Amino acid sequence: MQGLLPYVVRRLLWAPVILLAVSFIAFAITRFGPGDPLRVAMGQYSDPAALQRVRHEEGLDKPFFEQYGIYLKNLAHGKLGESFTYRNRDVSEVIFPRIWVSARLGLVALLIIFAVGVPLGVFAALRQGTWADPFSISVFLFLQSVPVLITVPLMLLVFVLKLHWLPAAGWGGLFDKRIVMPALALSLPGIAGIARLTRATTLSVLREDYVRTARAKGLHEFTVISRHVVRNSLLPLVTVVGISLATLVEGAFFAETLLGIPGIGKLTFDSVQGRDYNIILALALVLCSAFIIANIVIDVAYTIIDPRVRYERRKLG
Amino acid sequence: MSDESSVSEAVFAGEGAVDVERRSRGPLAVALRRLLRKKIAVAALIFIGVFYFCGLFAPVVAPRSYTDQNLDAVQQGPSLSHPLGTDTLGRDMLSRVIWASRTTAMVTIATLLTGGLVLSVGLGLLAGYAGGKIDTVIMRVGDVFFGLPALPMLIMINATVGARVRGWGWLGAIEKGLRIDGFPDYVVIFGALSLFFWVGGARIIRSQVLALRETEYVTAARAMGASTWRIIWQHLLPNVSNIVIVSLSASLGAIAGTEIMLSWFGVGVQPPTPSFGAMLYEGGSIRTLQANPHLLLVPGAIVAGLIFSFNLLGDALTDVLTPHAR
Repeated sequence: MQGLLPYVVRRLLWAPVILLAVSFIAFAITRFGPGDPLRVAMGQYSDPAALQRVRHEEGLDKPFFEQYGIYLKNLAHGKLGESFTYRNRDVSEVIFPRIWVSARLGLVALLIIFAVGVPLGVFAALRQGTWADPFSISVFLFLQSVPVLITVPLMLLVFVLKLHWLPAAGWGGLFDKRIVMPALALSLPGIAGIARLTRATTLSVLREDYVRTARAKGLHEFTVISRHVVRNSLLPLVTVVGISLATLVEGAFFAETLLGIPGIGKLTFDSVQGRDYNIILALALVLCSAFIIANIVIDVAYTIIDPRVRYERRKLG
Repeated sequence: MSDESSVSEAVFAGEGAVDVERRSRGPLAVALRRLLRKKIAVAALIFIGVFYFCGLFAPVVAPRSYTDQNLDAVQQGPSLSHPLGTDTLGRDMLSRVIWASRTTAMVTIATLLTGGLVLSVGLGLLAGYAGGKIDTVIMRVGDVFFGLPALPMLIMINATVGARVRGWGWLGAIEKGLRIDGFPDYVVIFGALSLFFWVGGARIIRSQVLALRETEYVTAARAMGASTWRIIWQHLLPNVSNIVIVSLSASLGAIAGTEIMLSWFGVGVQPPTPSFGAMLYEGGSIRTLQANPHLLLVPGAIVAGLIFSFNLLGDALTDVLTPHAR
């Protein structure tokens, strides 16, 4: 694993550059785009003098690069600014409780994805050659294809309107029955994806010599599968945790907005509608940091799982 | 499933036979024949074909205009005169679905051509073949885009910059000239989409070109004095074409899905131009679901069918075009 540490350091040094680029793009987009956060905040009967005064207080009448400079300076001091819609509240006060909600929901979905997806994939691989294999693959692919913005209304139709099992919306923490629909909606496409991947890796492991050896020495079939096959076919799955996270974030936008869950998905929706500059910027930065860190962790996980992967010669790209 | 078919083919045909077949028909024709042998892939192709035919020829195919209202027949279920029912404003759902597929068809094709072909193939080839500084710059820019959560960024770009682009007069002139309703919206969406969808393809192509660049036939061509363009066009491009097709077909479903998500958020195609995203948004509220579930089920089934078909086709193409990969 020689060369891994310099690689990680290089990636970490590169991260602020990417974040700076992101902050600049996001800042430019919010400042040059149409719409005015103050007009939105003040509503229909705004007083032009008051509008000017608040605009001056917030520094929104300064030249663009000066505004960006002030933003960066505050950022360096750990200040994300004040929200425009939630008056007198710091952005971090607004977003971190939301992130906590989304993170718990995402974690539950991730657990379901792996707990259900892996056994399904192994099952499909072991049934190769029977009707169950192509059937289950088609079902997986179909589930992966249906966007969350269709599954959530469908679940509302079935669970809420027809069966009257669940309330239509809301959030009550992990141990509340209102978590069932969002967790299910977020995990279905992921389950299908993990199941397909597990099937593929399991099939390739089943062809390995050591599996034949294990069978030849008379081990029970269950032992062969659980000890020799599943363990080795799980290793590549670690690398797709990142991809699953990305799809989770994407799905959270729709699930949270449709089901009224106070997470970052709904917050993004609301703050884009309300032109809440500082919250949009903070969300962009937080999400991108999470993405960058996740990517580095995954790259490092690669080398630990598969010692053949080396990063010394990554100077090319 | 496909592993078996390609293995059995090799067994029955033998290496020599495959070679002869290839020489006589060309690799893409052989791949097409193999693809047409898969029933699921053919079914997916037919669905996609019908969808795109209806979409591109919507003015001819659709029985009514998407704005025609019949206020005596609002929120109706399927009937003879309205096979898929009507919506809350008494508009024919069948016609609206056909016009909405026009939106999806145009945006996916435009994104495929710009982001998929021009940007990803062009930049991938350039980065791989030129190397050095050009390579570093292209791949670093790609890293930035790849490191960004695409959907939130797309929503932001479309919500903010989009309105400005829509105001450009010449786009409206093209809209009137070509009679494509909602043309400025299409430009905003596919422009933003192609910004994010070129990176994956470009990375794969670059890594292939890096390997191909060192092969003997490229060295030989260069030794014979072939120009850079000739090497790229004659020697590199044909060798990456399979990978290009596979990576494009894999991203088609994602492109279509993202367009629908953006319209759902209200930052994509603007009303009255119909789009699946807006229809799903209207049909997905709990009150509409209670009274008129067909307003969700009709567009929902078509969208799910389309993305499913794209994924099925992508899987089949992967099997057919990269038989060595497991």
